Amino acid sequence: MFEFLQGDLAPLYFIVLCVFLGIEIIANVPAILHTPLMSGANAIHGVILVGAIIVMNQVASDDYVNLIIGFLAVFVGTLNISGGFFVTGRILSMFSSKKKKQ
Amino acid sequence: MITMTSITQIAYFLAMISFIVGLKYLSSPKKARLGNILAGVGMILAIVVTVANEALKSYQEVGEDGAASNFKMVNFTLILIAIFLGTVVGKRISDKAEMTKMPQLVSFFNAMGGGCAMLLGLLESQVAHEDSRLGSIVLLVAMMIGAASFSGSIIAYLKLAGKQKDKRSMLVMVISRLTLLLMVLIPVFVSYQLLPIDSLFHEALILVAIALIYGVFFVFPIGGADMPVVISLLNSFTGVATALAGIMFHNIIMIAGGIFVGAAGVLLTLLMCTAMNRSLWNVLAGKFKGNSAASADGEEMEIKPISVGEVTTSLAFANKIAIIPGYGLAVAQAQHLCGQLENLLESKGVEVDYIIHPVAGRMPGHMNVLLAEADVSYEKLKEMDEVNDQMSSYDMAIVIGANDVVNPAAEKDPNSPIYGMPIIKAYNAKQVVVIKRGMAKGYAGIENSLFGEENCHLLFLDAKIALNGIISELKNLD
Repeated sequence: MFEFLQGDLAPLYFIVLCVFLGIEIIANVPAILHTPLMSGANAIHGVILVGAIIVMNQVASDDYVNLIIGFLAVFVGTLNISGGFFVTGRILSMFSSKKKKQ
Repeated sequence: MITMTSITQIAYFLAMISFIVGLKYLSSPKKARLGNILAGVGMILAIVVTVANEALKSYQEVGEDGAASNFKMVNFTLILIAIFLGTVVGKRISDKAEMTKMPQLVSFFNAMGGGCAMLLGLLESQVAHEDSRLGSIVLLVAMMIGAASFSGSIIAYLKLAGKQKDKRSMLVMVISRLTLLLMVLIPVFVSYQLLPIDSLFHEALILVAIALIYGVFFVFPIGGADMPVVISLLNSFTGVATALAGIMFHNIIMIAGGIFVGAAGVLLTLLMCTAMNRSLWNVLAGKFKGNSAASADGEEMEIKPISVGEVTTSLAFANKIAIIPGYGLAVAQAQHLCGQLENLLESKGVEVDYIIHPVAGRMPGHMNVLLAEADVSYEKLKEMDEVNDQMSSYDMAIVIGANDVVNPAAEKDPNSPIYGMPIIKAYNAKQVVVIKRGMAKGYAGIENSLFGEENCHLLFLDAKIALNGIISELKNLD
């Protein structure tokens, strides 16, 4: 069960550091930016698309059921990314266009 | 020698930095736009390189049937078509959506990410060459979190769109606890061969079904107004699912991106709860602390109605007024009228400020977005803490569609369920006008003692009709 402790623990260090970094980088966010930040973070977890592409390459070319599942996975993953970034951009552009008028 | 693998590593490294800097910039008002673009560029880089790397890898592999190449034309064509369609559809959805629907939209896109994790898990459980049970567990957990996040986000989306009501009953609680228990026990039992499930795929299918049910029942009892907190939490869940999938594929960018979102999402969730003075536990259980019935003192408040004409007259003689918007403003789609009223008043030399409670609207910061859409300048938006001390300098405070956030009971009545929640001290303004449709209670379901205050008048109208009336009367005054 615990054989993995004998292996390379570098990934574990990496993960723990990422947790703290994730908390630190947004710690000082002002309330007005909560919505765009949530939307932006939402877009970033769309990086799961990378996994969908990798797994799609492992499916046999004549396994039609799984090809459809994989196609859907890539589609919804992309939707997460594009929708997330475009919406965040739209919200933020509203904030900044107001400043120019000043 | 530079190989595709090393190019991929460099690209992932750059993408990871772009995510960190992007998130950092997204939390500062001046650089937020740049942050979004930066993270987007990093994402495109990561994806382009992944497609190229996978294509090249399979091209160089010897096929199973002894062919010179294992390149799968069909698969890659499908990948490219799906990416193209996803981009176009995502752009269309985000362009067409109204700004009041923003929380729903984030929830919908989050559901898509969760769905991706779920489908990916289902596929991987069939093709995985993972021999260790630990690896399989990581896969199953990523898939279950993705599935629960998917169905939960869809329910949250429906609730915000008003298509799904809260469901609170013993049965709902039992089902949500039971499914959660099954999600833990089944993988454990299978690990020790206590259950007759021998293929990883079958186990995955059963667990996906249970996780989907769990997601639905997890969100069922939570109140509609708490949805932002839930969406933020589900957002964080999808991040964790992404990170676990990344561990499964030994893919550094998925681990990094997933964990940043997972950690940041949890912090954001807690920040939102703090702003509402509620514990995450109470939000998830769908209840308010304390007993709201206990705080009803039975004393009838004297309500003083006011007409559009009277409000207009007072406005015409005011020097400085405050507008306190709430979710009712968004529901009535009256934010543009609000902007018009502001311009009109300013042309008459009246100073206008908007005072935004941290949880006004359906998401922290949502009200700012709505007002920005209505061309209200950024400098006019004051945060609660900025102005609470100088509240008495306002000749009039107009409360539009807000209720609990201006309720003095939060400061004065220790028995009130909202006691301790920071509020906008509207009652300190020289005059207060509350525009609301009827005597309906706010989200907390309690009486608002503000309405009984000496200086408070109520205008019983839909926000849109009321603002239209005030604007036209103000124009007639010229």
